[in-house]
Amino acid sequence: MNRTSFRKLLAPSVAVLALSISLTACGAGNESSADSGSDSGSSDSSDTSGGLSGDLNGAGASSQEKAQGAWATGFQGMNDGNVTVNYDPVGSGDGRTNFINGGVSFAGSDSYLNDDEGELSAAKERCNGTDPIEVPAYVSPIAVAFKLDGVDALNLDADTIAQIFDNKITKWNDPAIAEQNPSADLPDQAITPVHRSDDSGTTKNFTDYLGKASESWSYEAEDAFPVKGGEAAEGTSGVISAVSGGNGTIGYADESQVGDLSVVSVKVGEDYVAPSAEGAALVVEASPAAEGRADVDMAVDIDRTTTEAGAYPVVLLSYLIACQTYEDQAEADLVKGYLSYIVSPEGQDAASQEAGSAPLSDSVAEKAKGIVEAISAG
Amino acid sequence: MATTVVADDTGRAKPRLGDTIFSRLALAAGIIILVALAGVFIFLTIEGAPGLVKPASFYGSASTFAGYVAPLLFGTVLAAIIALVVAVPLSWGIALVVSHYAPKRVATPIAYVIDLLAAVPSVVFGLWGITVLAPKLSPVYQWLEEHAGWVPFFAGPASTTGRTILTAGLVLAIMIIPIITAISREVFSQTPRLHEEAALALGATRWEMLRLAVFPYARSGMVSAVMLGLGRALGETMAVAMVLSAGGGISFNLISNTNPASIASNIASNYREGTPGKIQVLIATGLVLFLVTFLVNFAARWVVTRNERKLAR
Amino acid sequence: MSVTTAPVRPSAESVSFTAARLPRFAPALVGVVAAAAAGLPVLLLGWGVVAWAIVAGLVFLVALPLWARVVEGSRGATDRLVTGLVWAACIVAIVPLVSLLYTVVDRGLPRISSTFLTYSMYRTSLDQEVGIYHALIGTLLITLFAALISVPIGVMAAIYLIEYGKGKRLARWITFLVDVMTGIPSIVAGLFAFALFILLFGPSTRVGIGGSVALSLLMIPIVVRSTEEMLRLVPSELREAAYALGVPKWRTIVKVVLPTALGGIVTGVTLSIARVVGETAPLLLIAGLTTRTNFNVFDGRMTTLPVLIYTQNANPGIAETAGGIRPGIEIAWGGALVLIVIVMVLNLAARIIGKIFAPKTGH
Repeated sequence: MNRTSFRKLLAPSVAVLALSISLTACGAGNESSADSGSDSGSSDSSDTSGGLSGDLNGAGASSQEKAQGAWATGFQGMNDGNVTVNYDPVGSGDGRTNFINGGVSFAGSDSYLNDDEGELSAAKERCNGTDPIEVPAYVSPIAVAFKLDGVDALNLDADTIAQIFDNKITKWNDPAIAEQNPSADLPDQAITPVHRSDDSGTTKNFTDYLGKASESWSYEAEDAFPVKGGEAAEGTSGVISAVSGGNGTIGYADESQVGDLSVVSVKVGEDYVAPSAEGAALVVEASPAAEGRADVDMAVDIDRTTTEAGAYPVVLLSYLIACQTYEDQAEADLVKGYLSYIVSPEGQDAASQEAGSAPLSDSVAEKAKGIVEAISAG
Repeated sequence: MATTVVADDTGRAKPRLGDTIFSRLALAAGIIILVALAGVFIFLTIEGAPGLVKPASFYGSASTFAGYVAPLLFGTVLAAIIALVVAVPLSWGIALVVSHYAPKRVATPIAYVIDLLAAVPSVVFGLWGITVLAPKLSPVYQWLEEHAGWVPFFAGPASTTGRTILTAGLVLAIMIIPIITAISREVFSQTPRLHEEAALALGATRWEMLRLAVFPYARSGMVSAVMLGLGRALGETMAVAMVLSAGGGISFNLISNTNPASIASNIASNYREGTPGKIQVLIATGLVLFLVTFLVNFAARWVVTRNERKLAR
Repeated sequence: MSVTTAPVRPSAESVSFTAARLPRFAPALVGVVAAAAAGLPVLLLGWGVVAWAIVAGLVFLVALPLWARVVEGSRGATDRLVTGLVWAACIVAIVPLVSLLYTVVDRGLPRISSTFLTYSMYRTSLDQEVGIYHALIGTLLITLFAALISVPIGVMAAIYLIEYGKGKRLARWITFLVDVMTGIPSIVAGLFAFALFILLFGPSTRVGIGGSVALSLLMIPIVVRSTEEMLRLVPSELREAAYALGVPKWRTIVKVVLPTALGGIVTGVTLSIARVVGETAPLLLIAGLTTRTNFNVFDGRMTTLPVLIYTQNANPGIAETAGGIRPGIEIAWGGALVLIVIVMVLNLAARIIGKIFAPKTGH
């Protein structure tokens, strides 16, 4: 009697149950076909790193999610669908924490490990005392995008950009802007700078650039945008929609997501350089390694003041963090295979096709390859 | 009916056992809730306590925890108040239309649409807020700045994108309307038909009937509905984070682009890239929100009981 | 208006037992006049349709009560005013709600296809089609288990509060704390469930049931609150009648009290499901993200629709053609539409079930 009454109370959940049971009958349409294909495929597979199976779990920067999706797809394809790569886009900070406490096998992060809060040492401990591997995953040029009726392109130097985002330059026809853009027809209109309201690696790299390349930016490089006031928006997509929704707006975002917005060419040396994959890769190659790092740690301090022709210094370098050795052979093989695929030309191509990120330059990719191929069990 | 006969056969010994089991089960359920809540509280305290006393660099431009949390708290409360002020009358209006004013043919679809809206994910509310609502409100804000700029709320400068705390409050209002409406509607329609007919028979107009027969009967439920809505408004995360142009300090200016963030949205925005120390600070703000909810509920309950006593007299 | 439907008497008739009433067509007449009156300044000043609707509404709200005041007196005027206000509130609230639904349907519908609904996101090559099947399953299962946890607890707790605990200190505390619970931000619930499962099952735990637990924290207060209110409204005469017949208390509750309140309880449960089915933050943390379909809530990651919507919107990828819609955005809107349809079906099912089991009353 009690039971029947409960069934009444559970009416909605019973409905869910009925619905889910009817669906449980079959798996996803595409997965079953992948499984059946794998039996015939694996026997004569002679791929370089094929023949793996199992689950590989990672977590980290949400900005890497689309690229990770592309890499997972490629890697799963190489192993005939016997492998599943899961990547939780929980954020760089949480990704590093998860990696350190052993929750995931690798992490994706928008900034390299440091010891400000003991993360580097903790990561070393997690990897049984060996130095953690940090290799670049891709470069992402950060574009300064704007929307201003009648103006399609602007040339600005770091000082001007810094003053715009510091609310020091407030009109589009300010002499500092006009001087650098003699041909542009600049209106007497207020500038609305748009920044990220959430903490992000993009903000950190952008403010780092402003701090190092300009004299008028007095704030530290931080994940949170330091200037009070101004328009703030959540996430890259939020910034893009805020900039395109207003007029006289200017913001910074991953170049791949800028879409129809106009972008600023940034002054490097004597020239103005528009954001591009090549320019971004160039600046990474020219940048010095972070100090006091192990050989397997490719952490780089981006050279924001480079004067090399064609280099674009407003970039974000995204990292993959893993261990040199894993206790479990299967885990080690998966991490090694996956990371090798990521830094391979195919992997870099897949990411740029799917997520629009800039591929690593050959020399950087080569060095990263050497490091990840040494991953072993032990 | 067969079951009833069986129960009658067993006489008086069995029911007592059934009663004991049933009441114990009910009590256990109540205690589980207490334990769960205590668990959340303990978790917040353990994880968040270190965040109260971090070095100044962890608190951004403020140098103390109090300075960090004050604008967030202000933003949370302000957005929730805006949401309630807008949503409560509207929800009660809809609930009355559905339960008493509209003919059934009209009432059912209205109720259905409102129920559906309770299901719209907050992300979608956020997306809609940015892409549809905010651009529409932007000219309204400019108009307000020009014509009502002397009111401190509308001092401006008006945001050109429309993503202000007023917009966030309105989105929250739309999010909590379905909750308040659904519960109010149920309690309104539970009013005994006899009470209503008695009032009408005495010559009361429909409004007087509502006031005399329906509202006193439904008061407790109406308050509950509002409290549920308030809880949602205080704790809403993603929609506020997406719609609000956050980052400012305490200000009553509702239409500028410099707004205080809310606690929940601040956690969501900054949790992802946070280092362990920063996350402790964020969890500590969560603890503050928890305490605020506690206090708000306490105050509301106090006001309600006092009014009830007054009415009883 | 069913009370006194007598038409307006000619004024010659000096003695009348019914109060004077406006004619039945009065609201319609005032409405037309108000619309026309509002049209004049709007046309002159060149305002839009929205301004016209607002002005017309205000004119209507002022004019009808004024007229009623002249004919029917102040009580009638108040009644007219309130009726107008109530309907106005309803219309004002419906506008954004319909706009929202329209937006979701408009943007989501083009993406819906059989592939979209039956494929997961697991791919082995970039040119393969993707779908949301895995997220659909994840949403249904995680929500089902959340309901399995919270409905019994919530309903039983409400029964305790109303039937057993009346006046007890414990009951007062539970009522109060349930209110406090409604204000727990979803991300805090997620963090809590995450910390709990990590503590119990090790750091690499990512399970669907963890998401269910987090969602239960958000569901329980709604279930308790709505059930409590409904139980409170069950007339005590019913209970006393049952007791008088010698029915034990628990059977009275199960057989008399709960069925009477069933409609409201079902609404509350549906509402609570609707409330959590769109949650993102708690699930991303504890249930993780995967591209595969997972039917087991006790083992392995599960993707749910809101998490999918959130992540796809945050990282929409790049459009195939310049200026086109980014693929992630399309998936996000499509997923949102599917989510709303799921809840619509649930809602409908709950209503039907509620109607079948609810006792026939005079209502």
